Amino acid sequence: MPKLIKNGRVVSDDWQIVTLAEGETAANAVVPPGRVLVPLAVWQARREKLAGRADTGELGVWLNGSEGPEALADNAARFAVIGIDFPKFTDGRGYSTATLLRTRYGYSGELRAIGDVLRDQFNYLTRCGFDALQPRAGRYTDEQLEAATASLADFTVPYQASVTHPQPLFRRVARGIPPQVKS
Amino acid sequence: MYRYDDYDQQLLDERVVQFRDQMRRHLAGELSDDEFRPLRLQNGLYIQRHAPMFRISVPYGHLASRQLRKLAHLARTYDRGYAHFTTRTNVQFNWSPLEAIPDMLGELATVQMHANQTSGNDIRNITADAFAGVAADEIVDPRPWAEILRQWATYNPEFAYLPRKFKIALNGATEDRVVVRIYDIGLDLKRDADGNIGFRVLVGGGLGRTPILGEEIASFVPWQHLVTYCESILRVYNRYGRRDNVWKARIKILVKALGAEEFARQVEEEWAHVKDGPNTLTEEEVQRVAAHFVDPDYETLPERNALYEAQLADSKPFAAWVKRNVRAHKVPGYASVTLSLKKTGVAPGDISAEQMDFVADWADRFSFGEARMTHEQNVVLADVKLSDLHTLWQLARDAGLATPNIGLLTDIICCPGGDFCSLANAKSIPIAQAIQQRFDDLDYLYDIGDIDINISGCMNACGHHHVGNIGILGVDKNGEEWYQVTIGGEQGNATALGKVIGPSFARAQMADVVEKLIETYIEYRHEDERFVDTVHRLGIEPFKQRVYGGEVQKQRKVAHA
Repeated sequence: MPKLIKNGRVVSDDWQIVTLAEGETAANAVVPPGRVLVPLAVWQARREKLAGRADTGELGVWLNGSEGPEALADNAARFAVIGIDFPKFTDGRGYSTATLLRTRYGYSGELRAIGDVLRDQFNYLTRCGFDALQPRAGRYTDEQLEAATASLADFTVPYQASVTHPQPLFRRVARGIPPQVKS
Repeated sequence: MYRYDDYDQQLLDERVVQFRDQMRRHLAGELSDDEFRPLRLQNGLYIQRHAPMFRISVPYGHLASRQLRKLAHLARTYDRGYAHFTTRTNVQFNWSPLEAIPDMLGELATVQMHANQTSGNDIRNITADAFAGVAADEIVDPRPWAEILRQWATYNPEFAYLPRKFKIALNGATEDRVVVRIYDIGLDLKRDADGNIGFRVLVGGGLGRTPILGEEIASFVPWQHLVTYCESILRVYNRYGRRDNVWKARIKILVKALGAEEFARQVEEEWAHVKDGPNTLTEEEVQRVAAHFVDPDYETLPERNALYEAQLADSKPFAAWVKRNVRAHKVPGYASVTLSLKKTGVAPGDISAEQMDFVADWADRFSFGEARMTHEQNVVLADVKLSDLHTLWQLARDAGLATPNIGLLTDIICCPGGDFCSLANAKSIPIAQAIQQRFDDLDYLYDIGDIDINISGCMNACGHHHVGNIGILGVDKNGEEWYQVTIGGEQGNATALGKVIGPSFARAQMADVVEKLIETYIEYRHEDERFVDTVHRLGIEPFKQRVYGGEVQKQRKVAHA
């Protein structure tokens, strides 16, 4: 079973991420049984059919880089898992998507970063609201993934408000004015 | 200046630990070149033509003397004994060994310095007026606001992987000394009728391949909302900025595609959600930050100083230096001094370790322990007593830092160009030096008067060539270096982009070309008219005629001979 980081720990994962194979469309793509994350387009095309599985917590949805949280809006809460795909780790749109899902759309289920996800982004991803981090299969060995959890704590007292620190530093702590440093 | 508390320091120390491990994993092969690139860039590390280039951040250009000494120490210990000061008030070392970068970061952290976000597709070092706090025309001191934005932008998790780099500048004075219109976000601090502070917001400026001046999207954002408003701009940009083409990824392209009005509407829509949210600034926080920027302990001095005036009358060279390099100060008996990094024969913006130590000493002795970097690549000692000017001048002259040329033709803005930068298409420094050598007569320079020559070695426009009165851009034609010339560009309140005068020139021609442009100006100028005003009055035609006309004739003669 593949591994991922969830709430700061390496765990085994039984969710399957469905992608459209060549020739498949959202309407006819195969959605296997069990726990699956389907592309947003599949959900949109076959909502009636899939709603039951979503409501029993067996179906999640994933957004590609250009799909924003508006696409889910009122529906977000019905998914046990929402994935946000990073087509390249340098594509930062998913950080805003996650932030909005958590702060504006009230999503409190599992928010999973998928695709080109690297340990050097773990801290920022977490602060934007991702509680599950799933690097591409094979990118890290089990040992490396275990070691990578250290990156979650890269910065412990961030300045700005974000999902994990809803108040900026100046509202969280009393910051005095240090004395003038002698040159 | 801003002094770190334990929180600032902890973040910085954590950054050093993070980067040391990233470097370790990279050298161990766990992080590929492609994966390491954005990480090292966010820590100021470029892989350059000859060696790694290491770019250190100097927020809004402020340097304490101990920070200058640290830079001097790094230059000596790890690099080749000098540093380069840039138009973005960053400091660059051109020869730093890759493996030493974590140690250099560690040393910088001990003096509250870093290389955070000096490159990469993130919010870059924030710039402000070099004369902030001392300028007579200041409406609002921009430094506390720059510092507040610096903290918000530092390791901001949502905006660390933007479509492209993102640059913010603040101006708080009547005269725009930061060129607010050439930044992704330019902020003009203002006061409303009741004296409340707010910001005029300009968005979508930038030079580079597609030079565009920023447009106003809000005329007055009250101070409480500075961060939430900027956050809204960044979120719209992060979500909708183009990512398919690196040359079209800057926010200016998005603003242009949508139109400033539609872009402003989208920002307002986003802002409606976050306005009054947690990032809203409090009176207490603003006061806390502002308390770092209170006036130093100025002495109560008379407006005039007899000794100083006698010194001025006695020494023509001293008077010339004062005329060009010394500015009036808001406090009686004080002045601001610009130390020139534009001595002929030295690459513009370069400063040796020894000189950095000198400047640190003078900062301690004459200017409350602080120096500032200007976007014109010079150094300012902002708070010098009139009675100290003559002594400072003598010391600066001995150290090669008193060239009396601020604002004159030889005070050239110039990027490192092809001598160092791997992006450059052509060399910049030899052009600057050829021009400086051609115009070596101070009297002639004074007669020419105020003029900006800006040189960039490539489209990225680090030398801000578009806004130079004379702008020079290095271009590559079939593997050869050529130089395109623009005139009529301008910085400041009347910021304007220059116009290309015609086909580009070979390197050897450049001093001649500038000389012809200047001759044309001298011939046509009205009394007290600056070069750029003559260009604006006459258009580029007479200049073009002079520069190309003779050449064409000469070539014809040769052809007929």
